[in-house]
Amino acid sequence: MATTITYYKLRKIKDRIVSGWVKTMVGLVLLLPVVIAISLLSKSWLILGHSGLSELLFSSVWRPLAGEFGFWPFIISSVWVTFLGLIFTAPICLLSAIYLTQYGSKRLLGMMQPVIDILAGIPSVIYGVWGILLIVPAVGSFLAPLLGIETSGFSILAGGFVLAVMLIPFILNILIEIFRTVPRDLFEASLSLGASKWHTIKHVLLGKTFPGIISAFGLGLSRAFGETIAVLMVVGNVVAIPKTIFDPGYPLPALIANNYGEMLSIPMFDSALMFAALLLMAIVILFNIFSRWAIIHFEKKQ
Amino acid sequence: MEKSKISIRDLNLYFEKQHILKNVNIEIPENQVTVILGPSGCGKTTLMKTLNRLVDLHDNARFSGSILFEGIDILHPATDLVHIRQKMGLLSQRPTPLPMSIFGNVAYGLKLKGIRHKKNLAPLVEKYLREANLWEEVKDRLNDPAIRLSIGQQQRLCLARGLAVNPEIILADEPTSALDPISARIIENQFVELKKDYTIVLVTHVLRQARRIADYVVFMYLGDVVEQGPAEAFFNNPTQEKTKEYLGGAFN
Repeated sequence: MATTITYYKLRKIKDRIVSGWVKTMVGLVLLLPVVIAISLLSKSWLILGHSGLSELLFSSVWRPLAGEFGFWPFIISSVWVTFLGLIFTAPICLLSAIYLTQYGSKRLLGMMQPVIDILAGIPSVIYGVWGILLIVPAVGSFLAPLLGIETSGFSILAGGFVLAVMLIPFILNILIEIFRTVPRDLFEASLSLGASKWHTIKHVLLGKTFPGIISAFGLGLSRAFGETIAVLMVVGNVVAIPKTIFDPGYPLPALIANNYGEMLSIPMFDSALMFAALLLMAIVILFNIFSRWAIIHFEKKQ
Repeated sequence: MEKSKISIRDLNLYFEKQHILKNVNIEIPENQVTVILGPSGCGKTTLMKTLNRLVDLHDNARFSGSILFEGIDILHPATDLVHIRQKMGLLSQRPTPLPMSIFGNVAYGLKLKGIRHKKNLAPLVEKYLREANLWEEVKDRLNDPAIRLSIGQQQRLCLARGLAVNPEIILADEPTSALDPISARIIENQFVELKKDYTIVLVTHVLRQARRIADYVVFMYLGDVVEQGPAEAFFNNPTQEKTKEYLGGAFN
């Protein structure tokens, strides 16, 4: 009798421990971004008090020694590189995903899967080296002269190219998964009405998966914005607002990676870099909110 | 005998090595409900998809024989598939609303026929929704996503969409199998209504449904046409042993 009661109690205690444990872990995950944000905010408090938010964001004067920190050139560089990367990668991913899922044989798709995985697994520093070896000279001594422009090749454009290549496996994978969820019946319904294959793809496949496509590119955007090493290696790292895509730029992640741990004797430099990190995080969160909003908006419309 | 709308002659179909349809010969009578009966896996659906050449989507399908429709051989490689498919509305087992509004679904078929302006589309959309007996239920929410309709309504929407390309034949592949009995009855009654203007080919394995609406019955078993004939003769005086067994409930 006594043993059954103890057994019962023991089970209850065990149950409580496990559920407490599970909740703690979830709480930890939820807490993580908050903790990061708070620590970044507290570190960048100093510079915010010194210069004010609007000057930090929109001034293009970057003279740390004189205590002037304008982040505008970095923000613009980041935005340029990211959008170039996305623009280059979008048609490649979309069209190859359509081909692989709608036109190509099952065997081809099966063969592509490991290729995509390999591309995804290549460390970003290798993409950077490849960019220096191939993309930078291609831009500097082939593309630019063709248009009559002079550049070293280390440029926003090179950064965009390298970024585009890095985004391919990531976005392509998601798109293939999304396209495969569309039921065959739906295609047959459209074809049986006399629609052509392309008409069906345009209206049924892309219509059905539009929210998914938005979210794939939204995720790609966040990833691209934060990509550091490969971009840093080919983008030139010159603090100036790029006038054309052949000019060098200096994206936010590159600023942090290049300078953190150095020149920290300069007053407030440390705080300025923390502010850059905070900014990066805020922008990525904004992207996420936007793509989530877009998904909900378009799902409602269907 | 009535005029036949489609003549299937010596049709054989293989998926790789598998012989799915074996020497099928059927005359489908015009303006009647032809029911293709048989247990699952007997080739009913494949036969249906051969009629509008959706079997082409299978890489490994090979066929021989001919299907004559208005003097055209549907199986001929040079046949214009768009033309053939627009002559045949297809209704599948589960409703397949396209990812657009209720209006958009019906207009999709109309647009494929080259009708573009909303001004021209609206009265036609109404006409076909009425023909499918759906108009009264959706007239106030034509711009809602089609996916929000009930399953039965979705199936009638698909019927309206199919009618919108102005077909002469309606191919229905177990169109009521996913529906509740009341929605199923609405569809059945609609078929009886529609046979004045259309030739209807209905695949089903529900015997009672076949008894209710069939004018002409084709009984298939493992790719063979076992027996075919006018519904009355078929149900009352079947000639083949297999048919008698099936009608007696042996396969269900």
